Amino acid sequence: MLKIQDLKVEIEGKEIIKGLNLEINKGEVHAIMGPNGAGKSTLSAVIAGREEYEVTGGKIEFEGKDIMDLAPEERAHAGVFLSFQYPVEIPGVSVTNFIKTAINENRKAKGLDAMEAKDLLKLMREKQQLLEMDKTFMSRSINEGFSGGEKKRNEIFQMAMLDPKLAILDETDSGLDIDALRIVANGVNKLKGEDNAVMVITHYQRLLDHIIPDFVHVLFDGKIVKSGDKNLALELEEKGYDWIKQELK
Amino acid sequence: MTEEDKILHEVTNSEYKYGFVTDIESDTISKGLNEDVIRLISMKKNEPEWLLDWRLDAFKKFKEMTEPDWANVTYKKPDLQSISYYSAPKPKKTLESLDEVDPELLKTFEKLGISLEEQKRLSGVAVDIVVDSVSVATSFKEKLGELGIIFCSISEAIQEHPELVRKYIGSVVPKTDNYYSALNSAVFTDGSFCYIPKGTRCPMELSTYFRINQAGTGQFERTLLIADEGSYVSYLEGCTAPSRDENQLHAAVVELVAMDNAEIKYSTVQNWYPGNKEGKGGVFNFVTKRGICHNHAKISWTQVETGSAVTWKYPSCILKGDYSIGEFFSVAVTNNYQQADTGTKMIHIGKNTKSTIISKGISAGNSNGNYRGLVKIMKGAENARNFSQCDSLLMGDTCGSHTFPYIEVKNKTARIEHEATTSKIGEDQLFYCNQRGIGTDEAIGLIVNGYCKDVLNQLPMEFAVEAQKLLSLSLEGSVG
Repeated sequence: MLKIQDLKVEIEGKEIIKGLNLEINKGEVHAIMGPNGAGKSTLSAVIAGREEYEVTGGKIEFEGKDIMDLAPEERAHAGVFLSFQYPVEIPGVSVTNFIKTAINENRKAKGLDAMEAKDLLKLMREKQQLLEMDKTFMSRSINEGFSGGEKKRNEIFQMAMLDPKLAILDETDSGLDIDALRIVANGVNKLKGEDNAVMVITHYQRLLDHIIPDFVHVLFDGKIVKSGDKNLALELEEKGYDWIKQELK
Repeated sequence: MTEEDKILHEVTNSEYKYGFVTDIESDTISKGLNEDVIRLISMKKNEPEWLLDWRLDAFKKFKEMTEPDWANVTYKKPDLQSISYYSAPKPKKTLESLDEVDPELLKTFEKLGISLEEQKRLSGVAVDIVVDSVSVATSFKEKLGELGIIFCSISEAIQEHPELVRKYIGSVVPKTDNYYSALNSAVFTDGSFCYIPKGTRCPMELSTYFRINQAGTGQFERTLLIADEGSYVSYLEGCTAPSRDENQLHAAVVELVAMDNAEIKYSTVQNWYPGNKEGKGGVFNFVTKRGICHNHAKISWTQVETGSAVTWKYPSCILKGDYSIGEFFSVAVTNNYQQADTGTKMIHIGKNTKSTIISKGISAGNSNGNYRGLVKIMKGAENARNFSQCDSLLMGDTCGSHTFPYIEVKNKTARIEHEATTSKIGEDQLFYCNQRGIGTDEAIGLIVNGYCKDVLNQLPMEFAVEAQKLLSLSLEGSVG
């Protein structure tokens, strides 16, 4: 589904990703772990098509197609979803209005008519329940005055609504209390299936107790330096990143 | 190019979508401004002598006045002698139904998406269209007539209800109030008149579509709206104009009278031709709008301004009566080389008077948007309250936005609050929308509409939808 080959990325002249390879197939859950500044968030932003980053080498293929020249919204239409680490506020735009616009823009890109209001409401209600969200949530301005947990839940709610092929969760666990973590993880697990894939970016093991990864990769200094199964995450948790640094020496 | 530079570039390159000319035969008098022209207008309109005298007096005073230059706008002053002061579509006869309206004209309205048929059928709106100064169709008149509501063109009101017109015309905006109101008083050709009798709630939104159509004719509309004691009316005014190379002058006067316990909601969506992307052409919109509130009366002005090359407009409230309320909700978009100096005046005279001002400015391209407002608390205005919020949203770094709030307080019991913010559409917001599959054009529309929500919520439903479209449309063309 996602194939990244020898990816090199710079921002303001500084190289952040230094030749990264990664392949994610459908039905798989991959965890990307690593210390601060390793390039985890840069990787997710580059896959989603953020333009401030300059790709200086390598390529990214999604479902067999080179997506390097696609605009962020075109990548979204193709099925790439990014749950932001820091979702932005859009004052005056309700969650309902935002998701309605997103759903219909995605449908338009596929040549479909706008979703019927009653179908949309039904779908929203369903996903709301899945994420144990309050009804009043839907009429609030998106992310405005949301707590950290509400922001992340809202991200996963949108993901559930848009039903992407590849979901990238960028530190979705940060700022979540234990209950919210369980709810969010439960939401992700419900959505995970044979035809889609999840890429979880995290510092910590705790999210991976709930979303069990098939593969764990350690990103360090712009490269994946170690890959393994879920036990690698446990090992990391126990030994810390210094262990990896030692190994690399 | 950064994301914002691209948006800026694209926005600057989007053309006016309503730029077409309807081919209607017109009756136009030769250009120029003098007493004979005023006499001719008055004669053509079969006006009573008092009105001719009133016009001539206004003209006399006008000649002694000079064009104001305090607004933060620069433009080439229009040559008033090169304007034709009267233009009426032919054939000029009384129309009983839509069937009699020139089909070309109906097509124009269809292009604008404001088909009369639709309006009538779907929303029950009574529409009084003013195209080039003469009303060509008035609907729902009978229904309103049953309630004693008068809703007609001002020319008709002058013929049918001269006593009301004579009593109130110039009572809120005196003919010598300012340069352009004096000019309007001298040469106004048409406009709307509305009277709501005591204790009557007007059952539908009253609506007028203005449209400048004849090349080179200035429009001098005159609107007079009287809400008698305890009555309520919501009035909608919407405008678009075809594109032209020469500047067109528009100097309207709107007067509102809200008697004791009456309420008037006056909503405007304005989309006159703003000029092309080089700043050539476009409408000059120099309007005087003012309302007076008697005891316990309320006037709300809501405006969505996206058009005109130069706008100079301050819908105001004179809060004369005790416990009267004035409100001003405004969205003003400037793009390309548009300039706007707009705001409001709230004059608190009565006791326990209250006013609210919410102004949202959006500037893009090389444009310049200004908020100018005055809150004046007179000596006798015990316990007056005002809340003002003036927000500016900038797109790109070649546009400007300024806020000029004036506050004059002569009574110690007054309580005045003023809040102001300036923000930019951030790349983070755009990327967030893009990532969810929302293209940059739609994203800007969404963000801008969200920013303006407090004002758009004040508009009647069907108008709010139109206004939202207009906002997105006027900032369209920004695919990153």
